[in-house]
Amino acid sequence: MPSLLEAFQSQVGRKILTGITGFLLVFFIIFHLAGNLAIFGEPDAMNSYSHFLHQLGPLLWLARIGLLLIFVIHAWIGISIWLKKRKARPVDYKVYSTKGGPSKQSLSSRSMAFTGVVLLVFVVFHINTFALGDMADTQLANGTVVHDIKTLVIDTFQNPFYAFGYTFVMILLGAHLGHGIWSAFTSLTLRSKKASAVIYSIGVIAAILLAVGFLFIPLYIYFGGGCEAALIQCN
Amino acid sequence: MSEMTINLKIWRQKNTDDPGRFEDYKLGGVNEHMSFLEMLDVLNEDLIKKGDDPVEFDYDCREGICGSCNMVINGKAHGPKHKTAACQLHMRTYSDGDTIVIEPPRAAAFPVIRDLVVDRTAFDRIIEAGGYISVKTGAAPEANLIPVEQEVSNQAFDYATCIGCGACVAACPNSSASLFTGAKIAHLNRLPQGKPERARRTIAMVDQMEKEGFGDCSNYAECEAVCPVGISIASIAEMRREYMKAIF
Ligand code: HEM
Ligand code: FES
Repeated sequence: MPSLLEAFQSQVGRKILTGITGFLLVFFIIFHLAGNLAIFGEPDAMNSYSHFLHQLGPLLWLARIGLLLIFVIHAWIGISIWLKKRKARPVDYKVYSTKGGPSKQSLSSRSMAFTGVVLLVFVVFHINTFALGDMADTQLANGTVVHDIKTLVIDTFQNPFYAFGYTFVMILLGAHLGHGIWSAFTSLTLRSKKASAVIYSIGVIAAILLAVGFLFIPLYIYFGGGCEAALIQCN
Repeated sequence: MSEMTINLKIWRQKNTDDPGRFEDYKLGGVNEHMSFLEMLDVLNEDLIKKGDDPVEFDYDCREGICGSCNMVINGKAHGPKHKTAACQLHMRTYSDGDTIVIEPPRAAAFPVIRDLVVDRTAFDRIIEAGGYISVKTGAAPEANLIPVEQEVSNQAFDYATCIGCGACVAACPNSSASLFTGAKIAHLNRLPQGKPERARRTIAMVDQMEKEGFGDCSNYAECEAVCPVGISIASIAEMRREYMKAIF
């Protein structure tokens, strides 16, 4: 019997890990999106949500370290799978095409490593922009002084490079998840031929909803003119 | 009955070390009722008459049950038809003047022996690692001694239909043998006769699959699309679950 560490380095073990980390990342971005939607809430909603997270202190750090670990494992295995392709097929086909039918080969599945690497670079950039960005202090209705993340977000997306750059990356996120959600199910739970078509459709729909959810905010802020926009209330 | 002329572009490779190259052939007198392999037979007759080396390709049953005839035809393992082995493909699928590119299954784990013939003993070694059940030999046991639920036996049979042709490996962008290995594990592990060695089998077969140099699975499901008997990618998911059960 292999040890647990050896088992998770095997081909099958690695795939189980991509599946688990992929699912965890999907859960994370669902929460993240729910948090983002606070921008459409009452004037204080977003800043008090951000304040609530910061208040968690050690718990927040635990979540951050956990997320970092998940990201690193996920990206590491994903890229190593992609790099191993060449070795497993040193002489490539002159003509190659998918046979269609139950095949899930698509632009989305064939570009997982590319969209993944873009996401990785994006995450670093994104943390630098918002988590580490310069924020003024502001007062909540109850008098608590907090970082004004809402204004930073609104100001940032007035810049077309940010608004459209984020939109573009979110489309790539949708592409990653279009294959990714189906793939994670298949890595872990798929049980029958019939279920496979259903799960694939659910995956694609979820991917579109998530991507549209995320890219709506920068575009809305940009075209709505920030605090002028109908759905955004500023103090 | 119309006769066709087909342009062939076929991979020729003298031996494993030869880098190989494509050769073009123009083959007249092809009729629509010929099987794909019969068309190659006609080409080979011509080549032999001319004193050239015939194109080597693998076959045995020519009725879709032995799995020998796996070759990649215009970029698709076993050709364009679903659930059809290359030997069951007919020339009526093609039209006069078509160009057909024929390549061997390409994978580091399947070295080319000659032309379209590859060495698939890597599959045999995966089977040797655990694709069997250990029983005392002797008189066949009474068939109804061990009850097997109808549903379980149907599922086991679906997975047992794998003919080991290697089209899954040929078509997989990663050259993974997960469909083959998964089908064997999913077949044997769900039957009472296979259960005692379940954990050991799963670990050993997965381990051997990796040692042979097959790639990882990215759930492209291209394997299911090219499988001549239509084995589902659900078998790969099952292999992963069996692996989890085996290690915990
Ligand atoms: C928002 C972040 C991300 C989410 C939600 C996500 C989600 C997923 C999911 C669900 C899968 C399918 C898992 C499986 O095959 O079992 C997957 C696969 C993959 N992910 Fe991500 N991912 C994210 C970020 C990344 C990053 C940063 C990379 C970096 C390179 C990456 C690279 C890959 C690759 C290459 C695969 C395919 C693995 C394979 O070949 O099976 N992903 N991702
Ligand atoms: S020759 Fe036996 S399956 Fe094609």
